[in-house]
Amino acid sequence: MADETLLSARGLTLHFGAIPALVDVDADLWPGEVLAVVGESGSGKSTLLNVLAGRMAPDAGAVWYRDPIGALHDVHAMPAPALRTLHRSDWGFVHQNPRENLRMAVTAGGNVGERLMARGSRHYGDIRAEAISWLRQVEIDAGRVDDFPRTFSGGMLQRLQIARTLVTHPRLVFMDEPTGGLDVSVQARLLDLIRTLVRRLGIAAVLVTHDLAVARLLAHRIMVMQRGRVVESGLTDRVLDDPKHEYTQLLVSSVLSA
Amino acid sequence: MTQSSALPPAPPSSGGVSNEISMLTVSGLNKTFVLHLQHGLKIPVLSNINLSVAAGECVALVGQSGAGKSTLLRSLYGNYGADSGYIHVRHDNETVDLATAPPRAIVDIRARTIGYVSQFLRVVPRVATIDVVAEAARDTPPEEARNRAAALLSRLNIPARLHALPPATFSGGEQQRVNLARGFIGAHPILLLDEPTASLDNANRDIVIAMIAQAKAAGTAIVGIFHDTVVRDAVADRLYHVVPIQDVI
Repeated sequence: MADETLLSARGLTLHFGAIPALVDVDADLWPGEVLAVVGESGSGKSTLLNVLAGRMAPDAGAVWYRDPIGALHDVHAMPAPALRTLHRSDWGFVHQNPRENLRMAVTAGGNVGERLMARGSRHYGDIRAEAISWLRQVEIDAGRVDDFPRTFSGGMLQRLQIARTLVTHPRLVFMDEPTGGLDVSVQARLLDLIRTLVRRLGIAAVLVTHDLAVARLLAHRIMVMQRGRVVESGLTDRVLDDPKHEYTQLLVSSVLSA
Repeated sequence: MTQSSALPPAPPSSGGVSNEISMLTVSGLNKTFVLHLQHGLKIPVLSNINLSVAAGECVALVGQSGAGKSTLLRSLYGNYGADSGYIHVRHDNETVDLATAPPRAIVDIRARTIGYVSQFLRVVPRVATIDVVAEAARDTPPEEARNRAAALLSRLNIPARLHALPPATFSGGEQQRVNLARGFIGAHPILLLDEPTASLDNANRDIVIAMIAQAKAAGTAIVGIFHDTVVRDAVADRLYHVVPIQDVI
């Protein structure tokens, strides 16, 4: 067990006008660990993800990232080019809507290869081979490599986004409702895919979801948010099966079981 | 509130030659559920639990329905939190208190030291049965894990033609056997069994009895809930009575 965190946040606070989106939030993530952030719409979970990833600045508090050689970086004090480099190399971000991440006018293979080129790969044959290998890993037929994303279904687009994100072997992936808006049959396959890849590649992930079942299947630890505050956190199955906080008890008892 | 009693004549547990290694030691464990949605209703379930389990020993939790057997078993897995007391677990030749261990430590303890067979199979939908079992093997190359999973499933009478199917459509008894394969493949030094034979026929029950005996012989410390007295008598070295707490006003 590594003792040093990959990502740490302390005292994150952010208001949108009078609305508290984040109130004094602390978070830690260790290498290879999946942390779920759950809560209802408006609880601040997506805001937290964006602040952790440096995409949105907090009013107060700080986020530190530890790079592969062990140096700590204050994410919100980094120069913009350094943060962009981080997002292109060590980090990945999976959006709920894959269209936010994909380039719809570029082929599927191009979408995956582009991340490699941004990282410095130049050999066309290698890039294409790697892109095809990743399409296969996310169960997209290699014959679709030259097709445009607009010809893909929602589930395929999400898998393409995951291939594009993971092709550079990030150490840390931020995921915002990655299975939201998909048919349940597609969701199950995507869940299995994410879990397998995260485990095999030893990737750490922060996963925002409103679906407690998704959190249970993917996450080691869980944070429950309500009105911008973390009301409970801990081992995923303990928080879900033995919830202490009133709000967690309400969330858990409100789930329909099929 | 609770007591330990020996089933057959107890082996001499005191005296100088005891070389038993305690794998799991519970002391003064208390657990009360507080239901905030029911106006903060407090339901005390466990009070001053004291229990020690040695390597190679099987302890059966007994007590009437609702006495807290499952709560105790879940507490031993860290699934339920403890209010007070300690749960000392031998993990990597060190003693770790599960009652106060941070979540990451519990994840590690479950990966390598404590296995659990629950009554219900909870898995990612649409994953093949063989993979459901193989992924529970710790520190094993994928190929070997799949081979061991196939062997275990076949031993539990899940025929090879079903291995590639997801277990969702399996019968209750088949799902339970998949769960058993998942629990046993890791060969954890501590194994917790929650009604492992509840929906099995006699033939499969006997296979599970043999597997438990084999695990004990290999030094596994086992705590289980066995309503089936045939199974209990066959595997348990000791009974631990969980006594319901009288309602407090």
